[in-house]
Amino acid sequence: MVHSELKEYEDKLPPKILQEIEEKCPSSKMKKVVQKVYEEFLSAQIDAGEAVGLVGAESIGEPGTQMTLNTFHYAGVAEMNVTMGLPRIIEILDGRKSITTPQMEIFLKAPYNKGKDIREIALQVKETKLGELVAEYGLNIVDLKIELKLNMEKLNALDVTPAYLVKAVEKGLASEANVKFEGGVISLKLKCKDDERGLNALYRLKEKSKEVYVRGVKGVTQILPVKRKEEFLIITAGSNLKKVFELDFVDTDRTTTNDIYEIAEALGIEAARQAIMDEVFKVIETQGLNVDIRHIMLVADTMTVSGEIKGITRYGVVSEKASVLARASFETPIKHIINAALKGEVDQLNSVVENVMLNQPVPVGTGLPGLITKIVRKEK
Amino acid sequence: MPKKKKEESKVEEVVAVVEQKVEAVEPKVDVAEKVEEKSPEIEKQQYSRERMEAVSHYIYKQVSSVVFGVLSPKMIKKMASAKIVTPELYDKEGYPVDGGLMDVRLGVIDPGLRCKTCGSKLKECIGHFGYIELARSVVHVKYARIIQLLLKSSCRECGRLMIAQEKWAKAKSHLDRIELEEGPESRRLAVKALIESKGGKCPHCKAKQSKISIEKPTTYIEGDKRVSPIEIRARFEKIPDEDIEVFGLNPKTARPEWMILTVLPIPPVTVRPSITLESGERSEDDLTHKLGDIVRINQRLFENINAGAPEIIIEDLWDLLQYHVTTFFDNGIAQLPPARHRSGQPLKTITERIKSKEGRIRHNLAGKRTNFCARTVISPDPMLGLDEVGVPKIIALKLTVPETVNEWNMAYLKKFVSNGPGKYPGANYVVRPDGKKKKITDETKEASLEELQPGYIVERHLMDGDVAIFNRQPSLHRMSMMCHRVRVLPGRTLRLNPAVCNPYNADFDGDEMNLHIPQTEEARAEAEILMQVQTQLISPRYGLSVIGCIQDAISGNYLLTKLGEMPREDAVQLLACVNVTDFSRLPSKKLVNGREIFSVLLPDEFDYESASRSGDKVVIRKGILMEGIIDTKSIGGEGEGLLLRSLHKKFGPARTIGILHQIFRLGIEYLVQHGFSTGIADEDLPQEAREQIDQLLHQAEEDVAQMIQSFKEAKLEVFPGRTMRETLELKILERLNKARNACGQIIKAFVQDKNHAAVMIMSGARGSMTSLIQMSACVGQQAMRGKRIEKGYRERTLSCFKRGDLSPEAHGFIIHSFKHGINPKEFFFHSITGRDALMDTALRTPKSGYLYRRLANAMQDLRVEYDGTVRDANGRIIQFAYGEDGIDVARSESGKIDVQRIINEN
Repeated sequence: MVHSELKEYEDKLPPKILQEIEEKCPSSKMKKVVQKVYEEFLSAQIDAGEAVGLVGAESIGEPGTQMTLNTFHYAGVAEMNVTMGLPRIIEILDGRKSITTPQMEIFLKAPYNKGKDIREIALQVKETKLGELVAEYGLNIVDLKIELKLNMEKLNALDVTPAYLVKAVEKGLASEANVKFEGGVISLKLKCKDDERGLNALYRLKEKSKEVYVRGVKGVTQILPVKRKEEFLIITAGSNLKKVFELDFVDTDRTTTNDIYEIAEALGIEAARQAIMDEVFKVIETQGLNVDIRHIMLVADTMTVSGEIKGITRYGVVSEKASVLARASFETPIKHIINAALKGEVDQLNSVVENVMLNQPVPVGTGLPGLITKIVRKEK
Repeated sequence: MPKKKKEESKVEEVVAVVEQKVEAVEPKVDVAEKVEEKSPEIEKQQYSRERMEAVSHYIYKQVSSVVFGVLSPKMIKKMASAKIVTPELYDKEGYPVDGGLMDVRLGVIDPGLRCKTCGSKLKECIGHFGYIELARSVVHVKYARIIQLLLKSSCRECGRLMIAQEKWAKAKSHLDRIELEEGPESRRLAVKALIESKGGKCPHCKAKQSKISIEKPTTYIEGDKRVSPIEIRARFEKIPDEDIEVFGLNPKTARPEWMILTVLPIPPVTVRPSITLESGERSEDDLTHKLGDIVRINQRLFENINAGAPEIIIEDLWDLLQYHVTTFFDNGIAQLPPARHRSGQPLKTITERIKSKEGRIRHNLAGKRTNFCARTVISPDPMLGLDEVGVPKIIALKLTVPETVNEWNMAYLKKFVSNGPGKYPGANYVVRPDGKKKKITDETKEASLEELQPGYIVERHLMDGDVAIFNRQPSLHRMSMMCHRVRVLPGRTLRLNPAVCNPYNADFDGDEMNLHIPQTEEARAEAEILMQVQTQLISPRYGLSVIGCIQDAISGNYLLTKLGEMPREDAVQLLACVNVTDFSRLPSKKLVNGREIFSVLLPDEFDYESASRSGDKVVIRKGILMEGIIDTKSIGGEGEGLLLRSLHKKFGPARTIGILHQIFRLGIEYLVQHGFSTGIADEDLPQEAREQIDQLLHQAEEDVAQMIQSFKEAKLEVFPGRTMRETLELKILERLNKARNACGQIIKAFVQDKNHAAVMIMSGARGSMTSLIQMSACVGQQAMRGKRIEKGYRERTLSCFKRGDLSPEAHGFIIHSFKHGINPKEFFFHSITGRDALMDTALRTPKSGYLYRRLANAMQDLRVEYDGTVRDANGRIIQFAYGEDGIDVARSESGKIDVQRIINEN
């Protein structure tokens, strides 16, 4: 902190506020302003016992009723479809491992982001499969062979040499077929035991050969170079953050995906927490709704405290609760009660629902403080 | 001593033993209570129950924990107060048979009878368990799975778990980890996996094992022989406690042999009360029916065994008994046909009672019903304060507030008693200090009046100024339940100020709302301090005002501040209508303008600067509106209303709500005096405008035709990552939307100030520019999922179009306006999108409801601790400071501390 007046408040006020004061406030007023801000900051502090979880749930649940269901996002004419609205929120909070529309935003390092050869760079990211490069399939039933006529134009456009391609095919189909390459035609000879031979096996091989990975980043099915502000970046459909980070032209600091699990895996749980917040906030924002970030933060924190992503489901966050009755009141009550009986669990009744069940004060808000006093009995 | 806390133990095997922490919470010391204290112990006991009802909020004991476990046969017998031997229910006189299922030792459900176990009457006796001795033991279905696993993993000879001694420790830690990560079920499966890798011999006694399979639901087969429950039980008895622990079971609460039932607990009759039909016939509960079956078959089995019947017959009966016991616990098991009533409707047995939304847990335990509440249709009344609720007199006569009599209020309360229940401010009940509740009628009135003395409680009618909690479902917010002050009014509807419609999300098209009257001092205090409308002005969702002016109140203030110039006398009249008595703040000149009138309502020392909807500045200096027009951005609700937010910040909730009420009424009053109405003529456009619009739309159509042409010639410039067809679609959409928006510009230019529809739109009171365009110029493109309408027939949307027609008309562009009238094709397209929107809402509600329930359930026990951290019920830290800075959103300005404002103020 530069300003001396702000020094003493360094531990008392959040850095964001201090920074704002420093930027906006003329130094003549500084002392008074900081003091005033500190006063307001203190009076805006949350009370102990406040049921922040419930308020957070309300704050996200209530606007949920106002969101539209099947909206696809069309920000600008040339961008891609992404699930938005309520389905997306549900997807994020469920903590689903595979999401409906994975998408990456790949930022590029300095020389590459100027737009030169952007298409070529983008093509390096896109996953190419053998099926895309084949012009014609020829099934030779007698010899159990498949002849793949290559689309040389496409090969050239993608900068793939036939030799490289053959290697890739060999790698991908090593256990199924013998690969031969002659004059623009790859022939696959079915390799299997006699009793499995036949048209079906051959057909299966054909289908499988289409899926053989040739090059690019696995999982990236579409690419779209976009100019944003002064630089070019690549938007992809399909996501594979780890592999993209390995590419040398990628700016790993800013490149991101909407797949939270991938973020957790590549960048750790803290990044995943931030990603949950960003993604939920993005949806709420595009719906034109207003929810304070603190509520979303709390949800993201409950999902990630354990060190891994837990969805807001009976298998995730709820299953971690200590109280049998609280778990039973959510879903599958019988299962929880039976398991509790087998383990001889004891419900200590220290959360909300159990106490509601037993008609006792709940340990949040005004139910939290207890008064201890000795009652003076009057002598007769 | 006072009544024990009722135990909830619904699954008979899984009984919840309630540990009682005998915490002597002293009863409140009031006069009556003290007299009581002195009276002898026995007398107290007699009174205690009535007293509990009268002053039920005293907590005598608190449940500190609930223990779960499997009941042992010993325990079942110990807690039973009767052994049930006969399936008969009643004798000829209709009196419960001894040893029958309705035995009076199990509690009473008939008025007049006394329970033989505890001696109390109907409603006082909570019921007692009984038991039956099963002739042959049966498997408890709910444990069928774990029984299978135990059979597979324990040795049939020595009973030890088949893990070699040397691997014991390693296996244990491995299992502990699995349980921690994946839960108890996975642990059990993991045990099985450990065993199965070992092969056919027991590592302890080297006995050969054979394969055990389960024939669902409850039959076990070893090799090709059936293992009877008796045999299973015998094997389980041999399993030592340490081995059970490996399984993740607690041998103290769940010995495996207890999972085979030898005795069956019979739930108390109070759990399964019979209903007497109008004809005088008795209709028994489903559980009683099922228990009757069990007892009957059990009896038959006993008899057959004693008579030495052939094994086949016994086996058959045994299986039947197993079936009945199984369906008694769960009537929804896939492999078994459900037990049915004679009518064919399946019986609701224990599992069905507990689970799902209508089950015991979610319906009766996690949600409760209350007395002292009312519900009717709501209607608006802007003359009521924002924190008031108009209660019809008929309701006020039924809802009561208890007031304790003391020396000083005696005369005041006597008045109510003498008025009785029929005459308005009267009273319905008098409660004696011993808890006896007496209804006041015309006959008992005199006696009650005589009797009244300090310590008595009078339940008097609801009166003006009482606190009430007002609620509208769905209660998605904490603002869906707010505390209002009662105003007793004539009429039959609950009345509220339209300004508080926003938080309740209420309108008056037939909505109904609920009213609750808190009955204790504590409840009233909490309601007033935490729930009153004033305290809920700022939403905890975004830190801005949720309550604000709506509709006419906004239009009124907009017109007033825009062009409301009037003679001073008229202004005084206007202000007097909104309860202003001090006119010194109104400049003394002949003509005053609207801004000056509006300023009268503002506090002297109020400074404010912001922008209106149109982007013009709104400036208030020292309580005078210097420039700008007041609209929804200043005084609206739901996250708008910035003027209200800063009033709240500076002058606190009470003052804000007063000012808001006055502003609201000023707006309405202005409209009342100057007239404000809207009609179809508001959507009229002058000829010139019409021509311009026609030309505009025509141009757009031509442009689109050109695009289609160039698409057909494949000359269209393709967007990156799109096909040409997609590009065309996007371009057409863009062009047509542009055309419609351009219509808006034309309308704006031609619209006049006195067009009230436009006034509503400009002020943000109601409607939008789009709706005006749709009514007067052009309805525009009907889009589904962000695309033009494509569905219908092959390559066309309707059979009246040519195949492959890409024109706007054929894909849902409605060129006409609503006022002009739309043609049949257009009408059809419009109804497509209309239906789509309808479906969207219908599908969204349950989805978002479920999301909300999950969120609430997962996070309900997070709270801020005294050290500022956010923790869950286990004390695990979720956040070190709430929201990283500990700021309460409801106390912030849009989630922040407004540094700029503070700088400006200083």
